[in-house]
Amino acid sequence: MAITGLLPDFLVTKLDALANLLRKHSLWPMPFATACCGIELMATASSRYDIARFGSEAMRFSPRQCDLMIVAGRIVMKMVPVMQRIWLQMPEPKWCISMGACASSGGVFDTYSVVQGIDRFIPVDVYVPGCPPRPEQLIRAVLDIQDKITRTGTIDGREFRDRDAYEGPTPLAKELGLDQAIVAPGDYQTATRLRVPLN
Amino acid sequence: MPAYLDTLNARFPGEFSTSEFRDNKRVIVSAEKAPAVLFGLLKCLKEECGFDMLAELGGIDYLNYPNATDRYCVVYGLTNTTTGERVFVKAYANDPDPQLPSVYPLWRGADWMEREVYDLFGVRFTGHPDLRRILLPHEFTAHPLRKDYPLRGYGERHNFPTITRAES
Repeated sequence: MAITGLLPDFLVTKLDALANLLRKHSLWPMPFATACCGIELMATASSRYDIARFGSEAMRFSPRQCDLMIVAGRIVMKMVPVMQRIWLQMPEPKWCISMGACASSGGVFDTYSVVQGIDRFIPVDVYVPGCPPRPEQLIRAVLDIQDKITRTGTIDGREFRDRDAYEGPTPLAKELGLDQAIVAPGDYQTATRLRVPLN
Repeated sequence: MPAYLDTLNARFPGEFSTSEFRDNKRVIVSAEKAPAVLFGLLKCLKEECGFDMLAELGGIDYLNYPNATDRYCVVYGLTNTTTGERVFVKAYANDPDPQLPSVYPLWRGADWMEREVYDLFGVRFTGHPDLRRILLPHEFTAHPLRKDYPLRGYGERHNFPTITRAES
């Protein structure tokens, strides 16, 4: 006997809301792990923290199957074209988590080869602070992404269509000049840094 | 005096000097002598003195170093696999266009090590079969382990296009 009268015969919703509901509970992360944050990312995926509780356990190493890139670790300049290519290969709609201090700002690696934040090169939705962040923080970031999908998501990804301007931090107006170069100690006995021009 | 020094003194009189720090024994070839002498000296060490293994090859920039006379130094760490004896050969080079002979014909393992020294210090090894950058991207123009290269570079790290949300 069918139960009638308890539920309506049909529900009215928006197609966008339905798509968001389905998408946010099955985010497929692309683990772009280049450093120690990747270890925390693995811990998040394993049994103690269990990101499967939030529907994001299906990590794939092919960008074609993912819609959430988690950049975990420092990105050097040689890696930037690779990262951009992987980002472009992921199908829309897609989101990006910048995990840890290095991916978000370069961290302690303020050197010639380490980029000072991946948001200078690809769009980033959620930043996770920490060095490395705890798995709970990463889970919080996934929940924030889910919240963002609920608020802004559309079935055809039209919320991304008009965002054609650079959204990253203010570009470094000027790299440090030669006169500010931190180089080998000139006074070998006392100084550790030299801020006067050499030669 | 170790036996290899007798051989070297007989073969290359006055072409090198020696120094010692704890148990590190060094043979030092100055920048003027190195292009002509270095390869023969290493070959003599390998074939006549038994130092048959090139354990390491590295570079040093002595810019602003106290009492340094030459700028670049390439250190060859040799090991005698029969006796376990070790010797370090230090060869110097100077700006502009620091050059040293490649030891690739003696030890094939020097291939990537010389490429790394070339990549990071800009010391060119004449006779190397494939002297390309090994760590840095090929479009990189500087040699970052030189002491006059700024820590944060000349802006190479941000010389990339940006992908916006709409075009991704």
